[in-house]
Parts: sequence; C-alpha cells; structure tokens
Amino acid sequence: MKPIMLEVTDLVKHFKSPGGLFRRAERVMALDGVTLSVPEGETLGVVGESGCGKSTLARAILRLHEPDSGRVTIHGTDWTALKRKELGRKRVEAQIVFQDPYASLDPRMTVESTLSEPLIIHRKRNGLRMNASRIGDRVAELLTTVGMSPAFAKRYPHEFSGGQRQRIGIARALALNPRLLLLDEPVSALDVSIQAQVLNLLARLQRDLGLTYVFISHDLAVVRHISDRVAVMYLGRVVELSPADPLYRKPLHPYTKALLSNHPVPDPVRERSEKRRRERILLPGELRPRRPEDRGCRFRERCHLQTELCGRVEPALEEKEPGRFSACHHWDNV
Amino acid sequence: MENETVLRVSGLRTEFRTDDGILTAVNGVSFDIAAGETLGIVGESGSGKSATCLSVMGLVPSPPGRVVSGSAIFDGRDLLNLPPEELRQLRGKEITMIFQDPMTSLNPFLRISTQLTEHLVLHERIPKKEALERAVEMLRRVGIPEPEKKILRYPHELSGGMRQRVMIAMALLPRPRLVFADEPTTALDVSVQAQILELLRERKAEMGLSLVLVTHNLGVVAGLADRVIVMYAGMIAEDAPVSLLFARPLHPYTRGLLDSLPDPEKPRGNELAGIAGTPPVPIALPDACPFAPRCFRAADVCRAKTPQLETRHDGTRVACWFPLDGGAV
Repeated sequence: MKPIMLEVTDLVKHFKSPGGLFRRAERVMALDGVTLSVPEGETLGVVGESGCGKSTLARAILRLHEPDSGRVTIHGTDWTALKRKELGRKRVEAQIVFQDPYASLDPRMTVESTLSEPLIIHRKRNGLRMNASRIGDRVAELLTTVGMSPAFAKRYPHEFSGGQRQRIGIARALALNPRLLLLDEPVSALDVSIQAQVLNLLARLQRDLGLTYVFISHDLAVVRHISDRVAVMYLGRVVELSPADPLYRKPLHPYTKALLSNHPVPDPVRERSEKRRRERILLPGELRPRRPEDRGCRFRERCHLQTELCGRVEPALEEKEPGRFSACHHWDNV
Repeated sequence: MENETVLRVSGLRTEFRTDDGILTAVNGVSFDIAAGETLGIVGESGSGKSATCLSVMGLVPSPPGRVVSGSAIFDGRDLLNLPPEELRQLRGKEITMIFQDPMTSLNPFLRISTQLTEHLVLHERIPKKEALERAVEMLRRVGIPEPEKKILRYPHELSGGMRQRVMIAMALLPRPRLVFADEPTTALDVSVQAQILELLRERKAEMGLSLVLVTHNLGVVAGLADRVIVMYAGMIAEDAPVSLLFARPLHPYTRGLLDSLPDPEKPRGNELAGIAGTPPVPIALPDACPFAPRCFRAADVCRAKTPQLETRHDGTRVACWFPLDGGAV
C-alpha cells in the first residue's frame, strides 16, 4: 500500500450567515464531518454542486478557513495542531491553485515577482538569503516546467490569456516544491481547448514530480479523466467515495446516479438515446441548507429511494464493496 | 418539420473600436433558421457567437460596437434597418431572449408580476387581470411551485434556478416565433441545468417556436440542437446537422474541440488531444485561415488566403482548404 499523503477526519466548519433587517442570522454547516484520505502520488477528485462545501474543504484543509473541529494530517504531520508559526513553515508542503486566474494574480506584480515572492518569504523565515541570480534561475525553471517561455518573466498578468495565467498560478504553487496540491476548479474558467492543455500539464507534473492532488470540480467528465478516486459531496458531507471507474459505471449513491444522468454527454446519439432519457433522474426541488436540528439523511427530500428509515437515521459513510464507500441505506438498490 | 425560413442572416459584420484597433467580432456571417428548428451556435470566448446574436437583436452596445454591414430578414423586414421603436415592438413580442444571468435582465425593484405582465398590458392591451392569469399559468408551466405566491416576489427573493425559470417564462409569455438563448444554463448547477434543458425541450416542442441556442457546452447542443454552427474568430467554420457534426466533423477546429473533451466511454488518463495555441484576437487579421496557426493540417494556401464557406450538396457548410473528408462534395 502506498503511504497516505492527506488524511481528513471528521472535519467540521460552520459559518454564520450575517443577519439583516429581515433575516435571522443562521448557522450554515459548510463542512459537516468530512472524512477522506489520499495516498501519495494519487488524485482524489471532489465533485458536487454549489453549496456542497467542496471549496470550503480545500480552504479548511490548509487552514485558510480555520476548521471548528476534526483533524487534518498531511505527510504525517497533524496540521490542525500546528501553531501559527509552524503552520507558516509547513505550508511549503501543501499549496492551492484557485479557479479564477484573473483574480488570483496581483495585476501590479510581474510574473517574476509573483513567482519569487514565496521563495524569498520562505528563505527569510528560515533565516536564509537567496541571491538574485539564483532566484532568476528558479523563476526561469518554474516557467519552463509549466510550458512557458522564461522570456515572459518581466511581463504583467494582463498581457496573458486565461490559460497562460492559470499556468502562472500553477507555477506559483510549485515554487516551494510542495508534495500536495489542492486544485479548486482549476480549469473551469477556461475554454475547452485550453482546458485540455492545462489538464495535460497537470497530468505531466504529477508524473514528473510525484505530486498528490485533490482536484475539486463540478465537471464530472473532467474529474473522471484526472482522478484515481472520486468523492461526491452533498451539503457538507461525502456521500460516496470510490475508485473512479466503478463510480461512473455503477454508482452506489442515488445522488451520484442523478448527477451522472444529468451531465450532458457530448454525443447526440447517446444523449438522445431512449435508454438515457429513461434513466435521467430529474432531482425535484433545490438544495436547502441543513440546519443543526435536521435529522435523517440530508439527501432524502430529493431522493426517489427514500423510506421512513431515511427520515430517522442519517446513514454513515461505510464501505459497501471493497474500496467503495457510500452513505445510503439503500445503496444496493441504486 | 416545416422548412419555412423564419430568419435569414446574410453577410453580417460587426466591429468594436478598441485601444488596439478595430476588432471584427462578427466577420461576414450568414445563416438561416427554419420554423421549429433549434440552431446551436458554439465556439470559445471571443469567437463571435454572442456578438452575432446581439447584432441581430440590435443590442450591440454602441459605441464602441457597430453593425457595419449585412441584413437579418425576419417576416420580410430587415431587423438591422428597422426604426428603433418598431424593432423594440418586435423584440418584446415575436422575438425574445434568454440570457445567462437573469439578474441582468430582471429589474430588481419590480415584482415578478409587474415584469411579466407589463408588456401584455401596455402593448397588447390585455386587461390586467387576464395578463396576470396568463403569467401565473406560464410560471406553472416553467415548473415554479406555487406560482400565485411566487409571482408577488422580487427577483432577489428567488434562487438562481428559479430566476432562470422566470426569465424563460418572460421570454415565452408573448408566444414568440423566435427565441435567442445566450448561455441559458451556464451559471447553473448540473441538476438545475438538466431541469432547464428539459423545460426548453418541452416548451419548444409544444409551442413550435424556433430557438437559437448559444453555448460553449457541446453536451448541451448534443442534447438540444437540430443543427450546429461552429464559430471561430468571428467566422463560421462549420455548419451541419447535429448528428453529422459530432460523428463526422469536417473542420479541423471542430475535430479539435471534440478531442479536447474527456470521453466518458474511453479509458481514463490518456493525454487529451486538444488544440495547441490560443485563439487569435480578431484585430487586423491577415487574409488567411484564422485557424491555420493552430491547425495540424495547415499548408501554404491556408496561410495565404481565407477559405470560403462552401455549401455541400447535403446542405452542410465548411470553411476549410483541407476538410477532414478530403473535400468530397
């Protein structure tokens, strides 16, 4: 068995929605007990719709949002127990890439300053200095790694296309040789031809550098393509976790099945086939935030399999088949 | 399906003044849409798919934009040369629109009821009570629960999916003959998208209207469109019935788009073929195929002369010197 790079145990993060003139302040349970693990060198895909907590998960893992409870272990170190100062040092090991390459780069900084900033800060923290020519070499190396010309170092973000900016965002995350990358919708803002280029780049970097990925996306086809295993989230919890192929072939949670049946397939023959139309599960209603007093399965209001049991007992995420986890009382009926 | 042409766009050209020069957003685009037909227009950002629709609807922001030439014949009238008041009348009644972000087209200060009935009352002189009844009925048909109550709400009180339904109801209420939908499901989650697509499919079949569906999502056109136009750098690269386009793309760009998508039926983890490079910004482009710099088939002629959009005997059109079937006519 491969060693575990990331282990998340019962992670909880609540937000308080601001109350207003006409609205009571409410507790929103963004993460409501998330448990998962990722072996070294693998990719865990995390899928789910808006409000399922997938972006909060990435931020809580890195303590960009301080979790309320639960534990995060990265490469053997309990991150949740680290003091602020130690955390700063450990951040070298795990980095994040954001969705929007337009918003996540400082428009007033050249590519060189963006990429050298983490190097300089890290050296300073460890009482080291780094001379200018070595920084220049490292910036050139990083640009080459993400498939860009080192000649771009003196340019500003606005001079680049969306795809190039995302490459710069990835280069920045790689600057300190991390082991783990949290990728939060890294290709969602890109056109499909550029998306393919960035996905290929991520696959190559993982091979060459032995990186571990948590790849967060709402796009089921992209997640299948890049992931070894996939976690499906619904209202702050993982409801299914499984190796990618069997999950897509035969899901063990009705929510996964509904998502797959709703995801448009770029093939008119398949998309319009009688079989696909028959199997399409249109989820009634909408996602309603879960309140602390809610009982039972969080998906039951929209589920075609719900029974009386689902209203009483919230199903736990359990191993139903070897390596396959589902949080559904009726998993064998999906 | 009837073959009567509802809209005929010819030689459409739209330019935008920018700091870097004149940007040709739409560069000589021509197409027809038949009664009851759903025409998908696909392409990446900056390909001119939205600009084409805005031009036809007379909604290009001016300045900096300007429709330079072309015609768009609807019901014997050229939309590009109508007096503004006449065009506005037509736009609220015979031709309507659905946008990506409902908040840009819903007025946040007015109740849904006011926004839905205003046009019926003012322009069609329908009594207020009857207009309200028709609006409630339409909200019911677009799948809004308790429409009698919801119609009294303000837009911000509804979820994104519900607002999108309201906008669809607003577009369908005057019983239009032609609807432009610009990325109607792009901002929505996949489960809500499936609901909205199903809704469009049903209402379209029931009302027999023509639909222009602008999207970057090839899965969405695969499910909904009868015919698909692929745009690149302001021009039509290919125009074909949906089944042919996916099964037998003629333009290398169409092939590249399809190859960029991970195929759910294929083994995972293979390199995606994709397309190298990035699309050009259509400012002062040379006389050449705009796709040539990214094309694996490009030869000297591609870099020297823009290929014309040729019509095949089966009605498909392609603008390529070396179409993928070897140029069979």
